[in-house]
Amino acid sequence: MKTPMQNTVLTAEKIDYNGANIAKRFSGHNVMAQRPNNKEVEAVDLSIYYGNTPAVNKVTLPFYKNCITAIIGPSGCGKSTLIKSINRVCEISSKMKVEGEILFKGKNVYDRDVDVVELRRRIGMVFQKPNPFPKSIYDNVAFGPRLHGRYSRKALNELVEHSLRQAALWEEVKDRIQKSALTLSGGQQQRLCIARALAVGPEVLLMDEPCSALDPIATAKIEELVLELKKQYTIILVTHNMQQAARISDYTGFLLMGELIEFEESFILFTTPKEKLTEDYITGRFG
Amino acid sequence: MIQRHFDEELADLKKKLLHMGSLVQEMIHLAVKGLVEQDESMAKTVFGMENEVNGLHIEIDNIALRLIALHQPMAADLRLLATVVKINSEIERIADLAVNMCESTHFILAKPLVKPLIDLPEMAEIAQKMVSESLKSFTGSDVALAQRVLDEDDRVDDLKDQIFRELLTYMISDPSTIDRAISLILISRNIERIGDHATNIAEDVIYMVQGRDVRHKTKEMEKHKY
Repeated sequence: MKTPMQNTVLTAEKIDYNGANIAKRFSGHNVMAQRPNNKEVEAVDLSIYYGNTPAVNKVTLPFYKNCITAIIGPSGCGKSTLIKSINRVCEISSKMKVEGEILFKGKNVYDRDVDVVELRRRIGMVFQKPNPFPKSIYDNVAFGPRLHGRYSRKALNELVEHSLRQAALWEEVKDRIQKSALTLSGGQQQRLCIARALAVGPEVLLMDEPCSALDPIATAKIEELVLELKKQYTIILVTHNMQQAARISDYTGFLLMGELIEFEESFILFTTPKEKLTEDYITGRFG
Repeated sequence: MIQRHFDEELADLKKKLLHMGSLVQEMIHLAVKGLVEQDESMAKTVFGMENEVNGLHIEIDNIALRLIALHQPMAADLRLLATVVKINSEIERIADLAVNMCESTHFILAKPLVKPLIDLPEMAEIAQKMVSESLKSFTGSDVALAQRVLDEDDRVDDLKDQIFRELLTYMISDPSTIDRAISLILISRNIERIGDHATNIAEDVIYMVQGRDVRHKTKEMEKHKY
């Protein structure tokens, strides 16, 4: 049976078009807003060392399913290291030591029995600069599926079209699908990279400053796309652009010198941060 | 800590808002003085000051909007600018109420006073103090002072009820007093509204400082510590 107070809460939530629940509206940051309980990915007490210095220091941070989580912080704060450690791509380029855990659906991705190739299929990645292969648009998208499985010509065609549609690029390229990907504009190339990541059927999408090389219109398109994609995927976004984090993310974590200073619902973090360091950083007083 | 040009612009904006606040405090003072001392010349000064307040109202809104558009402020800066825009409207409404009081005074002074004015000046004094303290709480980011302003509002409301009841007895016993009594009731209503606007300012200050929204808080909410 519901208490009268519970009824009040439900009624107020109905009229609350901002999605902010009543507890939050009436008490600011004193009451923790209810968090989802489905963590798709979670960093637990995670430290990452290059040599003896930790680039990431004892970070515990949840990434909820079907949410966009932004990681912000100044250059060199460890945000790229953190995001690259989630699907272990950071192992490729440098020697590093990982302590703690990254749980993907509850399993530590650093366990010995984890198939790294399969892990990277399920946790896709889009980088700062668009990096299409010097191949046709079609071959770029078909590259992953061809590696991971055997598809009939028809199935592959359908998959390429579906992925390009998901990345909101199909209408722009359907008549020149066999042309080189390098003929596309920067924004189109980035959406092609997103289509390429989606073609292998990932569950999580890591995006490392996906808009920093793009103009405002291409940026707006990617942002719209990301908002659309979160319905199906869990998205983790590293960005220097705080307005972007504020616009599109559901949750934001602020990293500073490898440490997580604050993690909060984005609306709260950008209006009423608890930590002075966060306040100084997002208001540009940091120096 | 980086020195920001933006901080200077925010400080200038705050200064303008406080100047506007001091103008309306003077307007309330003159409006009540005009009634108590039965001096209609005060009204002219009040009307003149209203023009200045109206100009500042538009100017402050424009500056705040420009700062929001150009600097895309976050956190405390964003809360400050949102609060400035809201307080700006509250102060402008207070100025209108002071003007209304002067207009009612004009009718009242056409005939002898219905009764000696005791509660009304007291009520005006409290309301004026609420305005002054709410603006002080804004300048000093003083939540405790803002809370005191919220507590004062009940006293103003009680005095308004008392004045209404008293004037009702006058109107019942002598209907020829109705027009002047109603004008006095309107003035008390204007003062009560001034108290409400000061309350709104205090609530906005609490949000600005702590990010805590204390508006429309029901007893039920307080009981459940929301």
